[in-house]
Amino acid sequence: MIRLKNIEKVYRTATVETLAINRINLDIARGEFLSIMGPSGCGKSTLLNIMGLLDEPSKGDIKIDDQDIRSFSDKKLANFRNEKLGFIFQSYHLINDLQVLDNVELPLLYRNSSAKERKALATEALEKVGLSNRLKHFPTQLSGGQRQRVAIARAIVGRPQIILADEPTGNLDSAMGNEIMEILINLNKNEGTTIVMVTHDESMAHKTHRLVRLFDGSQVQ
Amino acid sequence: MLKNYFKIALAVLKRRKFFTFISLFGISLTLTILMVATALADKMFNPGYPDYNQHRSLYVERIEIKNTKEGWMNMSNLSFYFFEHYVSRLKTVYKMAISSAQKSSNAYLNNKKLVIGYKYTNADYWNVLSYRFLEGKPYGEREIKNAEQVAVISKKTKEAYFGDEKSVIGLYISADNINYRVIGVVDNVSGAARNFTGDMYLPYTLAKDSKNTELMGSYNAVLLGRTADDVPRMKKEFTQMVNKLPIPPDFDKIYCNADGFKTSIARRMAGDSNSNGITKVIAIGGIFVLLFLLLPTMNLVNINITRIMERSSEIGVRKAFGASSKTLVYQFIVENLILTFIGGVIGVFLSLLVIYLINESDYISSFNLTMNLTVLFFSLITCFLFGLISGVYPAWRMSKLNIVKALKA
Repeated sequence: MIRLKNIEKVYRTATVETLAINRINLDIARGEFLSIMGPSGCGKSTLLNIMGLLDEPSKGDIKIDDQDIRSFSDKKLANFRNEKLGFIFQSYHLINDLQVLDNVELPLLYRNSSAKERKALATEALEKVGLSNRLKHFPTQLSGGQRQRVAIARAIVGRPQIILADEPTGNLDSAMGNEIMEILINLNKNEGTTIVMVTHDESMAHKTHRLVRLFDGSQVQ
Repeated sequence: MLKNYFKIALAVLKRRKFFTFISLFGISLTLTILMVATALADKMFNPGYPDYNQHRSLYVERIEIKNTKEGWMNMSNLSFYFFEHYVSRLKTVYKMAISSAQKSSNAYLNNKKLVIGYKYTNADYWNVLSYRFLEGKPYGEREIKNAEQVAVISKKTKEAYFGDEKSVIGLYISADNINYRVIGVVDNVSGAARNFTGDMYLPYTLAKDSKNTELMGSYNAVLLGRTADDVPRMKKEFTQMVNKLPIPPDFDKIYCNADGFKTSIARRMAGDSNSNGITKVIAIGGIFVLLFLLLPTMNLVNINITRIMERSSEIGVRKAFGASSKTLVYQFIVENLILTFIGGVIGVFLSLLVIYLINESDYISSFNLTMNLTVLFFSLITCFLFGLISGVYPAWRMSKLNIVKALKA
């Protein structure tokens, strides 16, 4: 599903050159639940951003669903992200000015779906994460766990094949974290969604199919 | 999609109230000034009553006599003699309204001074122009010929001089110690219609300068053609006539133009005998509008950049979930248009207030500024351009944001 070949990412300033990702090769199968671990600053999020087409590698090839995306235009890349990928962030990144339902509808705004269809799909996604009674709330009126569930609903509403989660339980206590993890596991099991998750939490990582460890930008496991 | 933009635009407006106030204040104040200026220009260029035949009229207002070698020049209105002796012989001129520049006289009522602006006219003045007679009638050739001391007065003069008197026909109005018999009362003419506004109209034969046989004097005229098609022919014949005028001693050239209505205003404002001033008026007006819009636009651009950059996380999220740069530019422009539209609505209400205050103050006699469809149309166009210009640059800058950096901000 995701194929990374000799991926490198270098950050350059006037005086310093930092190698954030060093020749990573990784194949992630369709329906796999993979976790990435490693100390802070080892390049986990950078790698996830590259997989999510949010950032470009300095070198190497990336294929998603057998498509070479390096030649894509801005518009085609945007459409590809919209259809194939869903994102969950550690700090949720919900739009506080919009109600829960509007937040979840967001990915559908960039498709040709009607308002009615958008509402139905968003409501369904919120039901899946157990928040059907919070449609009209604003993100600031919710707890951290609830916010992350809204973020999951937003990630799955467009029925993407891949979900990329950057420390989804990082800001939550263990009970909340377990709840979120349950939702992701069910999503992977029931819908066959490929999930790549960056985490610091060993116990969460062990619940996934495969664990990849990074150290100073290189893959060590 | 638009509903979503609208929701977020309103939410953002509520978020930073001071910025919103500054933005809306700038937009509405700028638009108010432009709208009132447009209303003034509209009134000036389309005064309407009593001059409804502009499409088949030419306006003759001044003459210039030059000594091109020495650089001398005399410029003034024209004499009655000029119109009567030369212009009235033109075959293409169907009728001609001749009137003098407005002069002032003082009338005293109960020891209170009343300034009455009066002008002398010929009889056809009342046929060329469509004054609304509230009572009585205009003077005709007979009164003119007999130099009868009769007057047509405006409604305003009637109210100021005669108070609540129901009918004033046959009553006398005294100005500069001369008693004139009122034979007609007309509706007030806006001060914008400079050549036609007046408190009192008198037969030209009462004027001291009506026998003057020089070219220069204090009169101007409206030349009326039978149809609009006559206007170019009338203009040509007029120019030919001017070229044949006897040139006074010490001079070698005479300039006198018969212009269409708008050209006559432009010439009066910015032209001279050789140039009709239209280009100059458009250029000055354009520069004024541009500068006037540019300053608040730049201010709005800066505020918009600050506001948009505050939303970098939202931009990152939208991009991550499939918004292209183009879609985001569109979103932020629409949001900005919503903001300027709100500012525009406030601007319209402020303009109505200012127009009401101008009309109430009666600073320019019977001005009656109105917010008509033309003014509203120009205001909406201005509002749209304002929103577009001030939104494009910030939206473009924001759309270039790197997603990862935007999410981290």
